[in-house]
Amino acid sequence: MLTKRIIPCLDVKDGKVVKGIHFENLREAGEVVTYAKYYSDEGADELVFLDISATLEKRKTVKHLVKSVASNISIPFTVGGGIKNISDIQILLENGADKVSINTQAVKKPRLIHDCAKRFGSQCIVVAIDAKKKENNKWEVYIESGKSPTGMDVLEWAKKVEDLGAGEILLTSIDADGTLAGYDIDLMKKVTERVKIPVIASGGAGSLQHIYDVLAYGNASAVLCATILHFKQITIRQIKQFLFDKKIPVRII
Amino acid sequence: MVGIIHYGAGNIFSVLTTVERYGEKVTIISKPGLLKKVDRIILPGVGSFDPGMKFLIDTGLYEEIKDEIKKGKMFLGICLGMQMLFESSEEGKQKGLECIEGKVQRFPNQHGLPVPHMGWNSVNITGNSEIFNNIPDGSFFYFAHSFYPVVKNKKMVIGQTEYGIKFASCVQKDNIIGVQFHPEKSGKYGLLFIQNYLKL
Repeated sequence: MLTKRIIPCLDVKDGKVVKGIHFENLREAGEVVTYAKYYSDEGADELVFLDISATLEKRKTVKHLVKSVASNISIPFTVGGGIKNISDIQILLENGADKVSINTQAVKKPRLIHDCAKRFGSQCIVVAIDAKKKENNKWEVYIESGKSPTGMDVLEWAKKVEDLGAGEILLTSIDADGTLAGYDIDLMKKVTERVKIPVIASGGAGSLQHIYDVLAYGNASAVLCATILHFKQITIRQIKQFLFDKKIPVRII
Repeated sequence: MVGIIHYGAGNIFSVLTTVERYGEKVTIISKPGLLKKVDRIILPGVGSFDPGMKFLIDTGLYEEIKDEIKKGKMFLGICLGMQMLFESSEEGKQKGLECIEGKVQRFPNQHGLPVPHMGWNSVNITGNSEIFNNIPDGSFFYFAHSFYPVVKNKKMVIGQTEYGIKFASCVQKDNIIGVQFHPEKSGKYGLLFIQNYLKL
């Protein structure tokens, strides 16, 4: 049986982890490989690295980062942040990334999704959608780290990215993100009813029950965890044990 | 020496580093002439069926792969690399390598399950092969695919996985092994699988 995935998300700047769990006894906190190994040993099913740096040297550091992660862990990982074109994607994949996550550029140039899916296969194209709730049970797509509204409807856009060849959707509720008050289950449900590709839920996890709820009632295929792992001291093992006890299929290692 | 066939853009780095981890030398192969010199061949899974097959046919690697397989060289096809071993695929119009009888189909949507089949699923070992040495029945492996092979000779199916339907997640025909999952991305047991392959 296919298991539900728990995916830690790490913010990376200039090749170092800037937002990850706090290590008490590790001097080199911030080293990407240390984090990748830690989460992989804890039972993470995949990893997501969000590159938030914007320097000229960016390409070089990201390439180095991807290579060192790929040489040291044997679970899949996704890299996102600032991807502009097919050659950015090629560099990431050739150096060992399994998937790339595209957000702003997918909205600005939807053809990029199609071209990449055709060239590299749908399985490596994740389209990230940042959703903000409007009235009448509708959600609007935001881009540029949640700063710019697009006027686009989330459900329409989700369907379109599926048609263009995206292999997965990473769906973040801007309203819930960082609140620790729970995922937007309605949003998840609506999107998973609309598309056939797997949807990863992101934004709002503050408790084990929240994670259970979005998997059981929102039909998410996976959950992305950031704040809850970084600050709340809940471990992946605890999440998986909780889900396992409640009969959600998970990979226990 | 292990030859890894590189037929376009995509992540073959993970397969490469995994093989190198066990002290094996690796040659990346994109043109004919080199396959004869390697002891084993790996065809990784990146991209889609037609561009992959077209690359093999256009470069002349198609015939060379078949020749080496006929000579008895150990061959491992991963994901799309497994699918290419069959006669044809619903994903494209090109012919496959035709090394194993059967065709590749798309997952039906009527089960209400997301497609692609993406994530960790268990493999039930249904055959007796050394490729699964020390790997417990039902171990989890990482999958990322929308198509799966329908194998004509069921005796060749040595691993099965359930996703709405039961499909062949591992096949073996003498020196040819094909896996629908990604052993290079499947943690401890994936590494063991690769290690076993390197010993066959």
